[in-house]
Amino acid sequence: MKKLLAIILSFVFLLPAMPCMAAEAHGGEDAEEGKVDAKEIIFEHLGDRYGWEVPFCHGKSIPLPIIVWGHDGLHCFMSSDVEHGRTYVDGDATFKVAGADSEYKGKIVEIIDGKEYKPWDISITKNVLGLFIAVALVIWSILDVARWHKRNGYKAPRKFTGAVETLITFVYDGVIKPTLKDRAMKFAPYLLTVFFFILYMNLLGLIVVFPGGANLTGNIAVTLVLSVFTFLLTNVIGTKHYWKEILWPDVPLWLKFPIPIMPVIEIFGALTKPAALTVRLFANMLGGHMIILVLTLLIFIFAAMGPVVTGGMTVISVGFSVFMLLIDVLVSFIQAYVFTMLSTIFISFGQEQGHDEGAHGGGHHAKTADQHVAG
Amino acid sequence: MELFKPDFGLIFWMFVAFAILFFVLWKWGWPAIMKGVEGRADLIDKGVEYAQNAKEQLDNARQQADSYIAEARKHQTEILREADRMKTQIIDEAREAAQQEARKVMEQAQLSIQQERKQAELQFRNEVSALAVDIATKVVRGEMADEKAQSRLVESLLDDMEKQN
Repeated sequence: MKKLLAIILSFVFLLPAMPCMAAEAHGGEDAEEGKVDAKEIIFEHLGDRYGWEVPFCHGKSIPLPIIVWGHDGLHCFMSSDVEHGRTYVDGDATFKVAGADSEYKGKIVEIIDGKEYKPWDISITKNVLGLFIAVALVIWSILDVARWHKRNGYKAPRKFTGAVETLITFVYDGVIKPTLKDRAMKFAPYLLTVFFFILYMNLLGLIVVFPGGANLTGNIAVTLVLSVFTFLLTNVIGTKHYWKEILWPDVPLWLKFPIPIMPVIEIFGALTKPAALTVRLFANMLGGHMIILVLTLLIFIFAAMGPVVTGGMTVISVGFSVFMLLIDVLVSFIQAYVFTMLSTIFISFGQEQGHDEGAHGGGHHAKTADQHVAG
Repeated sequence: MELFKPDFGLIFWMFVAFAILFFVLWKWGWPAIMKGVEGRADLIDKGVEYAQNAKEQLDNARQQADSYIAEARKHQTEILREADRMKTQIIDEAREAAQQEARKVMEQAQLSIQQERKQAELQFRNEVSALAVDIATKVVRGEMADEKAQSRLVESLLDDMEKQN
């Protein structure tokens, strides 16, 4: 107990010293302004970039390949070639990262006759590499469990394998099976993959240094793709009954015949579901990251107000940051869980069989039933 | 806002990455895990059922064993009693047989003793008679040395004959 207290106290006394060092280290870039551009830093950390910054070495980054399709074909080069505003000439084409005043700010652009054009850009950026790392980790941990089952028959796995298996059964028995019932096995591979992929991306996003730190699920492109997959699964494998509910619902004729009011509403509803999925996950994760960044930046913002204020602020900020990070660990799990749950429910809407089939659809079903009674 | 504009490159790679991830897990991951988990759940269910049955059977077996033991004990006393009875019977029989045998042996012995005695008597008689004849011969020879004595004897013998007739 005494030891713990000593550690905490030493941290508390050490903390005031840190922002000064950090501020000085950071000061190199913003020295001419004399203050920290919080907005700039926050969006820089939340966004994507070419190259992956090395911890404690500001301005240095791990070079990543840039792949672009310019006006004369494919170009591949390393991100270190265009670092710090340098231009890169590859044959006839000239590339650079667009500056702050450009409309393509931070993106790679091709310069043709002094004008900036955005090429088709499929570079392995920080986020893309983060995706690959997440994919590799998910594959590794799931195949670990699969391998266990193949090798050890019906023995219960231990340690990490056991933890992953617990999560699998938690999602499968807790969400997928009760909602999709006999169709659970058909959609379980997709839903479980989504769950683990999101969970790993969320958790990797919380790790500050290299293998993590990419704000993946807080990026709308990532969540959009996942939602599109759920949308496609819902609608492409949707039953006849599901399509009838959308295009010719059980409502009085005047609601659907001359002007198709209900079908339009239903189609709109089908489209808002993936949109809601996209924005939910994106906004939740983005918010979590932003709060931590802001809390950390408070230290640097208050650095101008003297050592006492800075010291006090540091203790408070770090305390809150740690607290928020712990909450974010929980949120990472909850968001993965919720995305999986909503996907399951949306897919189950698409699997509805008919009125007698019962509680597949939950609220959706109750709504149509009410309309039926009213009609 | 830059944050709300999905980037083409990231969408492209996300599609690729997710497709690869899904394919790998769909092919080698989930089926094996699902099969394993379901199989294990079945195994556990079966194990529980089996254990319950086994316990029931064990209880039954215990009762059965108790009844068997009681029965065996009863049997044992019966057998012991029977054995006791048989023992006395055998001893009695043996005794009787021994007595009979002894009697037979005694009888035989008596018989042979009698025979022996008869034979001995016979022999004795013969010997005595032979001896007597011998002695008589000697006596008669001695007494009949003179004529007078011989005629006296003849006389007496003739007298005897006369008396007898």
